Amino acid sequence: MTNRPDTRSRGLQPPEQEVGRGGGFQPRDGRPKAVLEVRRLTTRFRTDDGVVTAVDDVSFDVLAGETLGIVGESGCGKTVTSKSIMRLLPEHIASYGEHSEVRFDGVNILRADSRQMRRIRGDKIAMIFQEPMTSLNPVFTVGWQIDEALRYHTNLSRRERRERTIEMLRLVEIPNPERRIGQYPHQLSGGMRQRVMIAMALCCEPDVLIADEPTTALDVTIQAQILDLMSSLKEKLGTAIMLITHNLGVVAQVCDRVLVMYAGRVIEQGCVREIFHAPQHPYTQALLESIPKHGARRSRTHKLPTIRGIVPSLRHLPAGCRFNDRCTYCQQRCIDEEPELIERGLPRPVRCHFPLNQALASADHAKGER
Amino acid sequence: MALLEVRNLVKHFPVRGGLLNRVQGSVHAVNGVSFDIKRGETLGVVGESGCGKSTLGKTVIRLHEPTSGSIRLEGQDITSLGPREMMPFRRKMQIIFQDPYSSLNPRLTINGHIREAVRFHGVADAGSIDDCVDDILLKVGLRPEAKHKYPHEFSGGQRQRIGIARALSVRPELVVADEPVSALDVSIQAQVLNLLTDLKQEFGLTMMFISHDLKVIEHFCDRILVMYLGYVVEELHAEDLDEQARHPYTRALLGANPVDDPDERRPLTVLQGDVPSPYEPPSGCPFVTRCPLAMVRCRQEMPPLEPKEPDGHPAACWAVEPKSAPAD
Repeated sequence: MTNRPDTRSRGLQPPEQEVGRGGGFQPRDGRPKAVLEVRRLTTRFRTDDGVVTAVDDVSFDVLAGETLGIVGESGCGKTVTSKSIMRLLPEHIASYGEHSEVRFDGVNILRADSRQMRRIRGDKIAMIFQEPMTSLNPVFTVGWQIDEALRYHTNLSRRERRERTIEMLRLVEIPNPERRIGQYPHQLSGGMRQRVMIAMALCCEPDVLIADEPTTALDVTIQAQILDLMSSLKEKLGTAIMLITHNLGVVAQVCDRVLVMYAGRVIEQGCVREIFHAPQHPYTQALLESIPKHGARRSRTHKLPTIRGIVPSLRHLPAGCRFNDRCTYCQQRCIDEEPELIERGLPRPVRCHFPLNQALASADHAKGER
Repeated sequence: MALLEVRNLVKHFPVRGGLLNRVQGSVHAVNGVSFDIKRGETLGVVGESGCGKSTLGKTVIRLHEPTSGSIRLEGQDITSLGPREMMPFRRKMQIIFQDPYSSLNPRLTINGHIREAVRFHGVADAGSIDDCVDDILLKVGLRPEAKHKYPHEFSGGQRQRIGIARALSVRPELVVADEPVSALDVSIQAQVLNLLTDLKQEFGLTMMFISHDLKVIEHFCDRILVMYLGYVVEELHAEDLDEQARHPYTRALLGANPVDDPDERRPLTVLQGDVPSPYEPPSGCPFVTRCPLAMVRCRQEMPPLEPKEPDGHPAACWAVEPKSAPAD
């Protein structure tokens, strides 16, 4: 692997970051460049019962200024993917595949040394976590914790950093920021803490923001506030967002493109409208159908369509297609060989021998996005 | 006669502190809630965290002692029955908990969990307990062999099935389901909801279904109580939720729910700010601090929960005007 040293001089806004700033995501005209390229990412864990492959041969791009959704149920590898990109996994048990690459700004993150990683992490790529209660340090003030990133990554003076911290808190719509910077996490509500997390992540104007289930622990009215905030900040700062969630409603509302994962594999990928209106993988379709639809109540005994069985354990994956034991369309070929994630004349990649909605998908694709 | 009648139920938790550990104040978790549940009906209780929905559920079956108010099951007042007198009613009222991980004893097999309940309440005699356990496991979609396993050997969805089996094994009349699907994945959530729908029919269950997810509540329940800061702010039929909901909080909950259709994008934020603390509730209407329609009167007086039109459903709001003409 090329392990080029990072020779860039440190400035608040390097010129190459100008691309894509300010503008929203435009998938067709003037294809935006990829800020983050994930190639054949395989993450394995050594455990007491042998090696478990949590993420298996996953490739995707995060384009400048877009919101990419990664959806899947628990154990599908979505969080491990994001933590691999940030190199936050415990490296004494986690290892990456031989051909795995996460390219960011000319550096392969998976092979970067800790000095390079410190420059990227929190500055170029930032992350917010699901639990705003446990991801803030209870013994430091909120202001100190936001300031920490600025101390490491900028040459600003103490006063400038304080101003920047207050400005960030104002940006995430926290009232009385001057008073709030002296407070501790326990003095804030869950929604406020998540806003502080966002302020912390965005204070160095990262190119990519990885949001791992940012609203799962929040109430629905607070979730709405945070989602609106993230969308408006994306417009203002032009940050690309990688949004990891299991909530399909959230994906439909905020994402441009979607990656669907199942048992460590990407099974389908496409624009959000294509995924929701013409899902090609039976799993995606079944997942969409199994959510109770608002206003679709039919009778007291109305049943939801379900996916039978449970997500397979990564230790005992079925032979062939990993979804075959739960799939209603399963055939002999699905048990004999695992499908590849290739386009095979289809408008977009899907990991299935017998993809659904092909005519519909082609039509939708031809019409173009938006 | 309704199976369950709850009148003016209040639950305050004392907060202690200071030098002598005196009571310094109280958390007003449930503030004068009244409702009925008819036999065979499913009542949904929806609201955000801290609105008192779980406390209400637990107080109704007397896992918490009510501060005041009355609870009547099958016409009999059970509000202040002693432990011994309560026993027959304990069998009739069961609960399914939210977290399938912490609500099962890790050192007890599944057989142990269900057998304990069945034997304690004398549902089956010694000879038929095994059949009884097998039977209920089959009904919730688990194999009878599973009863020799321990909770950690099951997935989240399976554990929730075990929780359901335990609750139903004693043939209850009323089941309180406290967020039974919130901890589960989407595909598993649908399986468990369908299971509950089947069992509701088969056992003729009356349910109180507590959830923060309006879509799940709308799908599963007949009637809905919307709670905010310990008060019921609106009570309506599930079919009416979309079009008839009047209270600004119910409308805000509806508006904040992300619709799973990328063609229907809209700004989601309807409410500013956070839910106030139930330790220091605002005066007047509990919703006044976040309400888009708040008026002076709302700060001074608590609005009563009453129908806005003669044939309408009850909503507690000063700002909602009666509809003058029938909706077109």
